[in-house]
Amino acid sequence: MPYAALKSLLVLLALLVAVGIFAAEVYQALWVNLRRGRPSGAFGQWGERIKGLLIFVGAQWRLFRLPLPGLAHFFVFWGFLILFLTILQALLEGLLAFATPRFILPLIGRFGPLALLQDLFILFVTVAVLYGLYVRLVVNPERYQGSHKGQGVMVLAFILIIMLSLLVMNGVRANLGEDPVARWRPISRAAGLLFAGMPGEAQRIVGEMAYWVHLGVVLLFLTELPRGKHFHVVTSIPAVLLRNLEPRGRLAPAPNFNGEVGVGAVERFRWRQMLDFYTCTECGRCQQVCPAYASGLPLSPKLLMMGLREHLKESGRAHLDGGRQSQAQARVRPLIGGTVSEASLWACTTCYACDQECPLFIEHVSPIVDMRRYLVNEGRMDERLQEALANLGRYGNSFGQSERARARWAQTVQPKIKDARREPVEYLWFVGDYASYNAALSEATRQTAVVFQKAGLDFGILYEGERNAGNDVRRVGEEGLFEMLVEKNAATLSRCAFQAIVTTDPHSYNTLKHEYPTAVIGRRPVLHYAELLDQLITSGRLQFSKKLGYKVTYHDPCYLGRYNGVYDPPRRVIAATGCQLVEMPRHRDRALCCGAGGGRIWMEEGAVQERPSEARIREAANLRGVQAFIVACPKDLTMFRDAVKTTGHEDRLAVRDLIELAYEAL
Amino acid sequence: MNPDVLVLVEHLRGEVADISYVMLAAARALARGTGGRVIALLLGHQAQELARDLAADHVWYLDHPALAEFTSDAYQRALTPLLREQRPRAALLGDTSIGAEVAGVLSARLDWPLVSRCRSVGADDGRLRFTSQICGGKVMAEGDLPGPTALVAMVPGGFRPDAGRSQQPPPVTPMEAPALEGLRVSLRRYIEPEAGDVDIAKEPLLVAVGRGIQNQDNLGLAEDLAAVLGAVVCGSRPVVDQGWLPTTRLVGRSGKRVRPKVYLALGISGAPEHVEAITDSEAIIAVNTDPAAPIFAVARYGAVADMLDLLPALTAQVQQAKGG
Amino acid sequence: MHIVVPVKLVPDLVEELVMDESGAALDASAVRLVLSEFDDHAIEQAILLKERSGGQVTVVAPAVEGADEVLYTAAAKGADRLVRLTNDFERGMNNHGLARALAEVLKTLQPDLVLTGVQAHDDLDGSLGPLLAEYCGMPYVGYVAGLALAEGKAVARKEYPGGLAAEMEITLPAVLGIQAAERPPRYVAVSKVRQAMKTATIAETRVAGLEPGGGPAITRLFLPEAGRQAVMIEGSVEEIAARLVAIFKELGLL
Repeated sequence: MPYAALKSLLVLLALLVAVGIFAAEVYQALWVNLRRGRPSGAFGQWGERIKGLLIFVGAQWRLFRLPLPGLAHFFVFWGFLILFLTILQALLEGLLAFATPRFILPLIGRFGPLALLQDLFILFVTVAVLYGLYVRLVVNPERYQGSHKGQGVMVLAFILIIMLSLLVMNGVRANLGEDPVARWRPISRAAGLLFAGMPGEAQRIVGEMAYWVHLGVVLLFLTELPRGKHFHVVTSIPAVLLRNLEPRGRLAPAPNFNGEVGVGAVERFRWRQMLDFYTCTECGRCQQVCPAYASGLPLSPKLLMMGLREHLKESGRAHLDGGRQSQAQARVRPLIGGTVSEASLWACTTCYACDQECPLFIEHVSPIVDMRRYLVNEGRMDERLQEALANLGRYGNSFGQSERARARWAQTVQPKIKDARREPVEYLWFVGDYASYNAALSEATRQTAVVFQKAGLDFGILYEGERNAGNDVRRVGEEGLFEMLVEKNAATLSRCAFQAIVTTDPHSYNTLKHEYPTAVIGRRPVLHYAELLDQLITSGRLQFSKKLGYKVTYHDPCYLGRYNGVYDPPRRVIAATGCQLVEMPRHRDRALCCGAGGGRIWMEEGAVQERPSEARIREAANLRGVQAFIVACPKDLTMFRDAVKTTGHEDRLAVRDLIELAYEAL
Repeated sequence: MNPDVLVLVEHLRGEVADISYVMLAAARALARGTGGRVIALLLGHQAQELARDLAADHVWYLDHPALAEFTSDAYQRALTPLLREQRPRAALLGDTSIGAEVAGVLSARLDWPLVSRCRSVGADDGRLRFTSQICGGKVMAEGDLPGPTALVAMVPGGFRPDAGRSQQPPPVTPMEAPALEGLRVSLRRYIEPEAGDVDIAKEPLLVAVGRGIQNQDNLGLAEDLAAVLGAVVCGSRPVVDQGWLPTTRLVGRSGKRVRPKVYLALGISGAPEHVEAITDSEAIIAVNTDPAAPIFAVARYGAVADMLDLLPALTAQVQQAKGG
Repeated sequence: MHIVVPVKLVPDLVEELVMDESGAALDASAVRLVLSEFDDHAIEQAILLKERSGGQVTVVAPAVEGADEVLYTAAAKGADRLVRLTNDFERGMNNHGLARALAEVLKTLQPDLVLTGVQAHDDLDGSLGPLLAEYCGMPYVGYVAGLALAEGKAVARKEYPGGLAAEMEITLPAVLGIQAAERPPRYVAVSKVRQAMKTATIAETRVAGLEPGGGPAITRLFLPEAGRQAVMIEGSVEEIAARLVAIFKELGLL
């Protein structure tokens, strides 16, 4: 058989095999497994979604949060798209070899500028890949711990080989005059110089060998694609397109299966969550910012996703085992306790750093909360958390103190704060558990009242009618208790007349704003006191008589910053008090969580090597000349006050609430 | 009507429990009002010599092999005919894992009223009175001792055990124990407490921790202070229940009774079951975040502070004072 | 194996306790009732026995405020039957009266084992267990922390002070006073309790007139003076520590 015909046959066979394997894997992964998942809601707002596609996929926006790796991936991604035509060219060239001696794509194959672009991108991609190999093999950063490094290096090698073989092919063809747009490929021509000295026939053979290497690796890559982390090549676009557009601070409702709440088996996840498991690229950016991981606890959002992916596949294979189904299923490890450890689920503070960082909008907090819901339903949790939840259920606060004691802090405030249950107020001040019950924090709460009074605010509190708003109860997984607390608070609120709600605590702020039934609050604004102060200062209603002149740093609370984008108002308030702000390296959406969120403040600490709060204080202590560490959350206040003592920085750094600055500057 | 006051002596493994002496002192106070005798009831087997220091006018001793160790069934069966025949003005039992089981059953069987958690009894203006403490010590109840026969289950605190001890052995009258067959409760064996640990009842310096310690890791802070002071760490019920300290370190009604020179009570609220076990301390120093904690009523010195803050500071200062 | 767990609801000590005008009783309007802690352990122990060796668990509560929630929570933990005793409990009910009422009910329930908390903190006329046992003609062992069932017998670990314990054998049917269940009472999710409220039913049993005889008549109920005999040390943590060191020196410790 002549070579040309053989070539066509081999290419056809290789293509069929590769595509066959690829299709089978994709079918299993996406069609079979995803269909076992629960339905995901309707996806609307298509304009927003298309825009997201352009920004986050097209411009690779989030990848640039790590500038150099981001740049490298930008080139690899665009290189992939732009050079896709060369793959098409190679395939068709092979398939049509028996008929056409040298097939060239019509129109596109002769378009000079495109050829130049392709050539440039071969260079960019090669450099990017070499950089990638350098990072993986030489730098070996922490974020890759636990990732399939071998796979990563292998694929980089594939891409490198594809690029180099393409250069050889192009170079040889330029030498042999077979490329109509050869003059538009300077780099390929430069590569061709290596072979210019060889006789034509030898060059042709070299070219053909390069062709087979090129096509071979491309098809090999194709079969490899659905298996590991490179599946994101297929799933990233649907993932970004179908990303969650709900407000960040709004969790999806709990799945309920005849009284069984939460996710205890992998098919109880929504298919959209399963898509996330497949989309994880194992880049480790989430792991890098996770406070639990940094503190030595057994949680890495990345490893969680990888584990869930493996579990889904394992379970899917067992599912397909037809008649031996139950036997096969029994061999699959349980989801919780097997693939995912209970300790890792409880380690999460729900700080959102992982979800914020992920270039492909993978949701890590959502499956964690779903699995927590299952554990809570089964009663599987540590004693301290159990006690806190029992107290929240009985008394509406985690401290186990009577509801009647909630407003004791207000007894010394003159004039007496209005009772929002009895008289109409403009601002209904939802104080929150920690600010109300924790004796060490009540001074700050009183100062808040004084600041409000000095600003001439018409405000009131709910006194004994207030209950824990439920934010962390929900995130710990006790959905039923959350509903109960919402019912109680909603009943109290609906009997009140108010125009806006202001909260001390970012956690209550978050849930009141996003998770309370719309009938209760309606369109009335929910503000954090930092936002309110900012408004009052801007409008002139609140004026400071002093310029404090302290050098301070500000810690962005998770539920104010990352979850709700409130970064500037507190900074403006700090400026208005005449203080100089020095930012910590990790600030705004990179702020390190204090470790108390997600109900962790109610749990046993566990085997922590370095507390996130202590790491944060050390970060602040490294800032020269900074005297005060400013927070805007009562839990932050209590966590960091402890941390400043245990790290021995008590004399160096004063932990103060933003309201204390405002109070002092009055 | 029989004006005598009977006391059921509690003993376990050859030792008479302190509550027995407390009850004898209480019985004496009551008997002054009734004009009767104080009669101690001792049940056992070959245990006559346990009566030697009971401050009673008489000791009635019932011997039977089935009474060798305490079981509720045997004691109830043995006491019922005796009490029914005697109809004393009052019969005192301990509100304990021995007495409480017997008291309730006798009250129902004989249809006699029962007053429990009783801290003190006495005669006042011709009336027989009782004072009981309920609701974790937060509420006191007073009233007249019901009649014609009252069963009283007593807790320590109202009378000192010394007042119930006598230098002279009292007269002992052996009594016929009834036939004790068909008993429904039997003792298989005793389970010893964990051995090999210090006996806190003999320690002169105790650093005691309660709920305020919050978690097991913080125990290290207490250990540090104990180390510089040469003291031993012990705890109240919540700490031992969590497993943070072994049961041998439990101070309280169901634990050990201690008599140190100094008892440092940290983060302990002062519930009666705990306080009754430390009243023999020479000086109690209490630290608690709650200014209304009952512990301050029995302490010589007190401070309203968070023990977790105070411990490291105190350890450091003690270290300094020792010149270290 | 049918296990019956009679429970009591007692005043919640978290709240401030207030006397009523007579001065001889707690102000009922200010009192919040919660399940007695040891009864919670009794329920847990009963459920544990059921999980280990099968059987049925019935929980019985007097009809006071909060009783329904207690019963539904027990159902959510695994109790099979729920019984609410109705009568004029508001007038005041002591353990003798309650025990007599329960004895009637147990005649129909025919339990093999009755588990109840060893005591409740408002017990003034003795605890419920021994009274109930005698009215039913059953043996009683209290301060039980650890329980195993054998043929017609129960083997209980009875706690004594100082860490000592006794292994007792009791013929069934019997009443046992639970000091501690083998593991702390489990948490049951609010959603499960709400589910139980929809699916479980509470059987009401009216009991004959309760005569609260058997206990003392209270002439006065009062809160003891928080006799502040202690000399209080003021100041910052450092200042308190310094003063304590001085006291240690005075006492001869240093």
